[in-house]
Amino acid sequence: MFRNLIAFPLLALVVIVQSAVISQMTLLAGYADLMLVVLAAWALKADAPSAWVWAIVGGIMVSFVSGLPWPVAMTGYLFVVLLAQLFKQRVWQAPLLAMFSVIFLGTLSMDILTLLVLNLLGTPLPLGDSLGLIVLPRVLLNLLFSIPVYAVVRDMAQWASPVKEVE
Amino acid sequence: MRNVFGRSLQTTIIFLIVGGILVLAFGGYLGTASSGLGGSLVGVQTWFATRFAAVQDFLAAPRDIVALRQRNTELEQEVSRLQGQLIELQQKVDETEILAALVDFTRANPERSYKGAAVVGRDPSPFLHYVIINRGSNDGILRGMPVVTNQGLIGRVDAVIADASRVQLITDPAAAINVRLQNADTDAVLVGSVTGDLSLEMISQEITVEAGDVVLTSGLGGGYPPDLIVGQVLNVRKRDFELFQQASIHPSVDFARLEIVLIITNFRPVDIEPLTPLNTP
Repeated sequence: MFRNLIAFPLLALVVIVQSAVISQMTLLAGYADLMLVVLAAWALKADAPSAWVWAIVGGIMVSFVSGLPWPVAMTGYLFVVLLAQLFKQRVWQAPLLAMFSVIFLGTLSMDILTLLVLNLLGTPLPLGDSLGLIVLPRVLLNLLFSIPVYAVVRDMAQWASPVKEVE
Repeated sequence: MRNVFGRSLQTTIIFLIVGGILVLAFGGYLGTASSGLGGSLVGVQTWFATRFAAVQDFLAAPRDIVALRQRNTELEQEVSRLQGQLIELQQKVDETEILAALVDFTRANPERSYKGAAVVGRDPSPFLHYVIINRGSNDGILRGMPVVTNQGLIGRVDAVIADASRVQLITDPAAAINVRLQNADTDAVLVGSVTGDLSLEMISQEITVEAGDVVLTSGLGGGYPPDLIVGQVLNVRKRDFELFQQASIHPSVDFARLEIVLIITNFRPVDIEPLTPLNTP
């Protein structure tokens, strides 16, 4: 349980890397969401309670840095964890396939939620431009990042929650 | 007596032979023979010299290879160190150039107070155009302060914590800034977009706008101080059936390469919202 405290420094590091590095690596106008990828991988490998806690901590940290309204990040990441829990039960034999599915659906849902909320708050975001220049490149970049991130987070999840051998 | 005569004859014959050879040589009759002989001798000497050098190298090589390898390693380390130093110095030169330009800008505009800050990050969401700077309330930064570079306006402070601030860029889709066209002497509204492109809206149809016109802040609304450079008109879209013209703007600042910015600390934005009537008839 105490090993889950690693969430705080790790997710803080993820926010820093996202803000300082990943946001400079653009494809058209979009860039990857490292926090979403890390949370999805963690939710697929770790136990459910810690995944929810990680999503909340990650949502708070991203909201602290971003100009997005805080419910958007929080809801989006919690939804990603929910998706991961659903996929973990159904496609547990192919974890990488589950990872890709969660990343694809999670990115789409999070970005569409962002688009909706920002438009409701008066920020004019044309749907066509946003989908073509931000959302789709972001989906692609998240999928690319998901492979190395999944490998790292899998090892970390095993360290945090080692499987007990039945005697 | 006979012996003496024999020796004299022998000496005479030798002198004659030598003299004859010399005469033939000076006369150019021995050129082929001498060059052939010389070539052979040089060839033999070369053969000996190269073999001797090879043997010498073979005997001295192990000691030299060790020394050379050591020297090579030292030189490679030196090259690496100098390359690192070169990169570091190049970064310092770039930074100094930026700072010098900013100092020139502050000297040219002494009526304003500035605080320098480094851009340390960008918004995690690509839908928003914000940057994070390393100055906050501890440095006297307040929400709403304009942020500029020597090239022009970049935005204003949107949120502040102790040691950092978030700046909303003028390219943000939610940004709307009152500006004026310097040549046409008319007001308009500058808006950002999701792609980071800038455009001018609300330009009266009666105004003639041309590519290259300079766009400055007007100061209307109290959100920004007047006369900060924003950019230049790139092209104009004028349709007779529309109420207003539109224009694309080329920003004066390269937003992809923001490193150091200046915050105008003696400007307080005016909140005119309480003066706006709630129910306009």
